[in-house]
Amino acid sequence: MIAFMIRRLAQALIVIFIISLIGFAIKQSVGDPVRELTGISVSAEERQEFREKLGLNDPWYVQYGRFLGHTLQGDLGTSFFYKRPATEVILEKAPATLELVFVSSLIIILFSVPLGVFSAIRPDHFFSRLLMGGSIVGVSIPVFLTAIMMVYIFSIKLGWFPSYGRGELVMLGGWGTGLLTVDGWMHILMPSVALSSIMLPLFIRLIRAEMMEVLESEYIKYAWAKGLSSRRVWFVHAFKNTLLPVITVGGVQLGVTIAFTILTETVFQWQGLGFMFMEAVERSDAPLLVAYLMFVGVVMVGVNTIVDLIYGLVNPTIRIAGVK
Amino acid sequence: MKKQLVLVVLLLAAMVGFAQAKTLKLAMDADPVSLDPHVQLSGGMLQYSHLVFDPLVRWTRETTIEGRLAERWERLDPKRVRFYLRKGVKFHSGNELTADDVVWTVNRLKQSVDFKGIFEPFETPVKVDKYTVDLVTKVPYPLLLNTATYIFPMDSKFYSGTDEKGMDKSAINKTGYSFANENASGTGRYIVTERQQGVKVVFEAFEGYWDKKSPGNVDKIVLTPIKNDATRVAALLSGDVDFIMPVPPQDMDRIERAPGVKLVTMSGTRIITFQLNQKRVEAFRNPKVRQAIVYAVNNAGIAKKLMKGRATAAAQNSPKGYLGHNPDLKPRYDLKKARQLMKEAGYGKGFEVSMIAPNNRYVNDEKIAEAVASMLGKIGIKVNLKTMPKAQYWDQFDQQVADIQMIGWHSDTEDTGNFFEFLLMCPNKETGYGQYNSGNYCNEEIDRLTLAAQSETDMAKRTAMLRKMEKIAYDEAAFVPLHWQDLSWAGKENLRIAEIVNVMNFPYFGDLVIE
Repeated sequence: MIAFMIRRLAQALIVIFIISLIGFAIKQSVGDPVRELTGISVSAEERQEFREKLGLNDPWYVQYGRFLGHTLQGDLGTSFFYKRPATEVILEKAPATLELVFVSSLIIILFSVPLGVFSAIRPDHFFSRLLMGGSIVGVSIPVFLTAIMMVYIFSIKLGWFPSYGRGELVMLGGWGTGLLTVDGWMHILMPSVALSSIMLPLFIRLIRAEMMEVLESEYIKYAWAKGLSSRRVWFVHAFKNTLLPVITVGGVQLGVTIAFTILTETVFQWQGLGFMFMEAVERSDAPLLVAYLMFVGVVMVGVNTIVDLIYGLVNPTIRIAGVK
Repeated sequence: MKKQLVLVVLLLAAMVGFAQAKTLKLAMDADPVSLDPHVQLSGGMLQYSHLVFDPLVRWTRETTIEGRLAERWERLDPKRVRFYLRKGVKFHSGNELTADDVVWTVNRLKQSVDFKGIFEPFETPVKVDKYTVDLVTKVPYPLLLNTATYIFPMDSKFYSGTDEKGMDKSAINKTGYSFANENASGTGRYIVTERQQGVKVVFEAFEGYWDKKSPGNVDKIVLTPIKNDATRVAALLSGDVDFIMPVPPQDMDRIERAPGVKLVTMSGTRIITFQLNQKRVEAFRNPKVRQAIVYAVNNAGIAKKLMKGRATAAAQNSPKGYLGHNPDLKPRYDLKKARQLMKEAGYGKGFEVSMIAPNNRYVNDEKIAEAVASMLGKIGIKVNLKTMPKAQYWDQFDQQVADIQMIGWHSDTEDTGNFFEFLLMCPNKETGYGQYNSGNYCNEEIDRLTLAAQSETDMAKRTAMLRKMEKIAYDEAAFVPLHWQDLSWAGKENLRIAEIVNVMNFPYFGDLVIE
C-alpha cells in the first residue's frame, strides 16, 4: 500500500513536471501579455522596456529555470491581471468549481443509478425505451447549447432562476460557499444540471449495459435457481458487480467534467477555475495559465489514485501491483 | 410605549430611506483592472475614473468640452492655459482639492507607461495660487483641453508617503501589488466599498460629493463583469441587471423588440480600415491599384447588411464632429471603375495577396474581412485570409506578416491628427510616428501637415490643414476605409440612458436618473 502510494506520488511529480514544460511551451503562443497590459498607443520602445522588466525577453530555458526555482519555494508566480500570487487566485476560485462539480456529481449519481438499473431490469418497458432515446439526444447536444437554452427558457421566459453568477455566498474560513443559502442553490441548479447533461445519459447507458451483462451471467442464473428474492438478486448480487467499470469510467470522466466546467462556467459567468482559465487565455496571463494546468494535473493524479484504491476495495479479486 | 414609538419612527425612516436609495445593477464585459487610474489606458479604466474621480474637464454628448473640477479656463498664450478650480471640493479622504493635487497628478501621468505618450507635450504644471493652476506645454498645443479630459486629479496627500509594506504609495505597478492598485481617494461621486476582481465591484455614493446640481439619483452601483455576450444579454432580459454595455449587434433587434428594456445607439468614432502594404506588394505602390481596391469595396453594403445598419460607411478617418472631417469625401463603390483602374495600372489579370484580421476585437471583424476578400476577388485579386484572436493578432500585425491588414482606430484626443500620427505618417522608429502604419504609406506632405497641425492654435487654419490631409489620403487611396462602428447601450426602460451617453463610450453614471 505504502509502496503504491509512493510510486503514485513520484508519478504525480513527473506528470506535474511535464505539464509545467508543456505550459511553458504553449505560453509563448497564447499571445503577448505586454499587449494586454498596455494601451494601444504606447510606443514600441516603452513596450520593449516593460517586457525586459518582466523578464520576457530571456530565452525560454532561462525563464523556465527561474520558474522552477520559484516553484520549489512554493511560488508559482504572480498573475498579471489579478496582481496577486497565482496560487492565491486559484485557491480562491477553486471552491466555486468544486461545488459545481460536487452538485452535478450528486445529480448524476442520484439519477443514473435508479434509471440505469430500471432500464436494465425492464428493457422493454415504454419508459426504458424513452430513456434510451432521450439519452442519445442528451449526449449529442453540446453543453454550451444546453446551457444557453436553459438560460433562455428558465431565466428569460419563465424567470424562475437567475441567469448568471453564484448568488449569495457564506464565508467558511477561506471557502466561499453557495450551498448554505437558498439564493446560492437557485444559482447553482442550472449550471450543475447543464454540466451533468453530458455525463448523466452516459452513465445511465453504462449502468444499463453493465447490469444487463451481469444479469446474463452464470452466478445470477444460479441465484435465480436458488430461489432468491428478485430484490436480492438485483441489488445485492448484480448491482454490486455492475459498479466496477462504472467507478473506473467515473474517475476518468471526472477529468472530462473539469474540462466541461470551462464551457459551463463561461456561459453562466460562474466564477470558478474554468472561467478563470478562459479569461487567462484571453488575457495571455501566462503565470496563471501554467499554475492552473499544474493544479488540474495534481487533481487528476489524485483522483485516479483514489479510484484505484477504491477499485481494490470493491473487487478483492483485483489487486493493485504493490498492494499485498 | 415611548420605546415603541421610537422604534416605529426609526422603522419608517428606514423604509423611506430604502425607497429613495436607488441601486443600479450594471453589467459590462470587463471590470476595472485596478483602482489606480494611471495603471492602464483603456475604456474600462476611464469608465472607472469617471465614477470615483472627476476630470478637470470632460466631453459632452455634442463633442464639446464642459468644466468639471475646473470651473473655467482661459488661454494665456499658445503654450499656456490657466485653469480656475472649483472651491471646496473634497476628496473621499476629506482632504480638499487644491492646485497642488493637479500638479502632482500631471507629474504622475508623465511617469505612467500608458499615459506618458499623451502627456509628452506637457511641462510640469505651474501652481498660481491655491485654486489656480497653469497647464504649460513645450510647444504651442491646440489639443491641450482635449488632453485635460484625461486629468483626474488624485488626492496627493493620500497617495504620498509609504504604506505598511514600506513601499511608496504613489508607485504605479502593472503586474503586482501597489498601494494605489488597492486604495483610492478621488473627488468622484462614488466610493468603491467592495471589490472582488473579476467578480464584482460595488460603488456607493460619497456624502461629500461637490456636484449638488447633477440630476443623478443612483446611490449604489453594483458592477458585474459578464464576458459572454449571450449571458450579458440574458441577464438584462431576465431582469438580473439593469444596464449592459457593450450590446452585441446580433442581439440589438431582439432588445429593441423586448418589453421593458430599450436600446440606445449613437454614431461612433472608431474607424475600421485595411492597410495595403507597399513594402510587401509592388502593385500597392501604384495609386491606381489602391484606388481600384477602394472602388471595389462596397463599404456601404457592409455597413447596411453585415453591420445591420449599426455603422456609418466611411471615406476618411475623421467621423462627423471632428475638426478634420471633410464633408466632400463620400464612399465610392464602383466595380466597373475598379476593373478599369486595374487594367490601366497593368494588372488586368489580377494577382494574389495575403490578408490578416482579428476575430474577436472589432464588431464582426472576421465577417468583414471575409466580405472584403470576396469583393476583391471580383477585380481579380485573390485574397488568402487568415483570422486570429486579438491576443495573437497584434504581434503578427507589428511583424507585418500579411499584405493586407485590418486595424480599427479610435483617436485618444478625439482629434483628426491622432489618426495620421499613428496610421498614416511615414513609419519612423526614432520619432515613433507611423507606429501602426503597416501599409508603409509615406507622403511627405501628409507628414508636414500633421506636424504643423500639432502646434497650430488658430482653429480655422488648423481645420483647413486637417481637411486637406484627409483629402490627400482619399485621393491617393492611402488606406481602405470601411466604417465607424456605432456605440450602443441597453437598459431597463426607467433609466434615462440617452442623457448620459457620449461618443467616448463612458456613460456618466453619476448623472443617471432612475425614474
